[in-house]
Amino acid sequence: MSNLSDLTISQAKELLLNRSISSVELTKFFFDKISNFKNLNCFITETFDQALKMSKISDEKYKLKKDIGLMEGIPIGMKDLFCTNQIKTTAGSKILKNFIPFYESTVSKNLWEEGAVLLGKTNLDEFAMGSANTTSFFGNVVNPWKSKNDIDKKLVPGGSSGGSASAVAADLCLAATGSDTGGSIRQPASFCGLVGMKPTYGRCSRFGMIAFASSLDQAGPITKDVLDSSIMLKSMCSYDKKDSTSSKMEIPDFPKIVKLGVKGIRVGIPDEYIVDGLNSNVNDNWQKGIEWLKSEGAEIIEINLPHTQSALPTYYILAPAEASANLARYDGIRFGLREIGKDLDEVYKNTRASGFGNEVKRRIMIGTYVLSAGYYDAYYLKALKVRKLISDDFSKAFEKCDCILTPTTPGVAFGIGEKQDDPLEMYLNDVLTVPASLAGLPAISVPSGLNDEGLPIGLQIVARPFDEETCFKAAFVIEQLSNFNKLKN
Amino acid sequence: MSIDNSVVKKIANLSKINLSEKESENLKHELNKILDWVDDLKKVDTKMVEPMLSVFNENMKMRDDKVELTNTDEILSNAPDKKENFFVVPKVIE
Repeated sequence: MSNLSDLTISQAKELLLNRSISSVELTKFFFDKISNFKNLNCFITETFDQALKMSKISDEKYKLKKDIGLMEGIPIGMKDLFCTNQIKTTAGSKILKNFIPFYESTVSKNLWEEGAVLLGKTNLDEFAMGSANTTSFFGNVVNPWKSKNDIDKKLVPGGSSGGSASAVAADLCLAATGSDTGGSIRQPASFCGLVGMKPTYGRCSRFGMIAFASSLDQAGPITKDVLDSSIMLKSMCSYDKKDSTSSKMEIPDFPKIVKLGVKGIRVGIPDEYIVDGLNSNVNDNWQKGIEWLKSEGAEIIEINLPHTQSALPTYYILAPAEASANLARYDGIRFGLREIGKDLDEVYKNTRASGFGNEVKRRIMIGTYVLSAGYYDAYYLKALKVRKLISDDFSKAFEKCDCILTPTTPGVAFGIGEKQDDPLEMYLNDVLTVPASLAGLPAISVPSGLNDEGLPIGLQIVARPFDEETCFKAAFVIEQLSNFNKLKN
Repeated sequence: MSIDNSVVKKIANLSKINLSEKESENLKHELNKILDWVDDLKKVDTKMVEPMLSVFNENMKMRDDKVELTNTDEILSNAPDKKENFFVVPKVIE
């Protein structure tokens, strides 16, 4: 077993099924990897004892050939935004640095029921607010990828699911969960050469996933390949009565359809995604992606999404507005950090001043402003109306096409410390991922090539609500024809 | 410049966050910049458009109207300060 690092979920499952490896062996292998790569700062909390217990149970099931789950014995990372029963859950924030939930998020519960093994809780931008994993109270995460022009430069893994993406890319786990509000699964997946899937809003339950912007937040998997993404997504989804926006739509057998191809599928190409600052390598790769899909029998159609450029400003009104309300609960009274003060108001203000980082404060302030008396109509209500126009753009486009192919991000992974002086520059990372989030659509990022510096580029496929299947099919074709897994080595 | 020092102070108070003078000054500039940028939306014609509060189209599910008991010790397990079965808070009545 020399090359356990390169395993995917599907390959590992085969080895586990034919008993050429045990889950305990596999799990211990990752303990060593995690311990050797602490410099990447991927994990906030390691749960090795828990992992051993879980892997032993999985081995027992493999031995008895009974109740073998979709993720049986597969060691994964869990973004530290998902509450895990009796295991510290921080959301990357000082205000929750000692928080120990007494309940389990539905997504993690589903994964444990399918046999997944928890290696640890992965680092993230504080409350999932960021695009470079530089806002975490527990320090920034380092991307294992290096630019061949400057191998000493430390690069960001993207964010907010940066710890998850970096951990999977560095082979510290077989896969990891992420959450995506405006691009937090897809952008880090793209920066780390991985597959990141944000399903339709409502596919995964939000119960126990610490809230950022509730009308946008969706959980999803970050994996090494498209097949793994389909397996893990299937394990994560469920209807959940504890989440009022959890969907009752039937959950398809995603792994079964991944390899069915794109023959006859109509792929829309929106002009509006040629944004300012779109890197020429990324643009070239996009054109290649179009050719790959065409060569497999897809029909390429030009479409228009006229309100694309309004999506990012709309997002930066709505997401902070919802965040300011969601984060009101961190008041130092019932859980989390408490700072002292001369009266109750001072306790609130001192606790929140000390417990939140700069980006979180900035977003709470924006959110509070756009919801405050006198500004609600001009900002919040206006943004809700533009959101409708953005959503309608997609509905109209999907009358002509079955999915939309775009780059995931305008550029590739950048250096740690870059884009820190101006919040707007950081926000622009999400310009191509935010529109699908606002419309609640499923969207996948699949690695599709390397730029001149040898850094990964990702392509995004967006489909109709609850049509993750088309995302998977198109992503699989791109994965095969881009030969990314060979390029990587 | 729509946001001046007094607006920052007001928003910080509504947000219940104490800000240092330096933080207030930085936030004033950043918020102005961000709001100038989102002001672009004013150009979009939304006269006949209904606000979109949610992308979720399914009917609200109802649960049975039954009491579900939760363990008090669990609820208090993360409390920064507690006494018997209660959260301890600073005195609020003079």
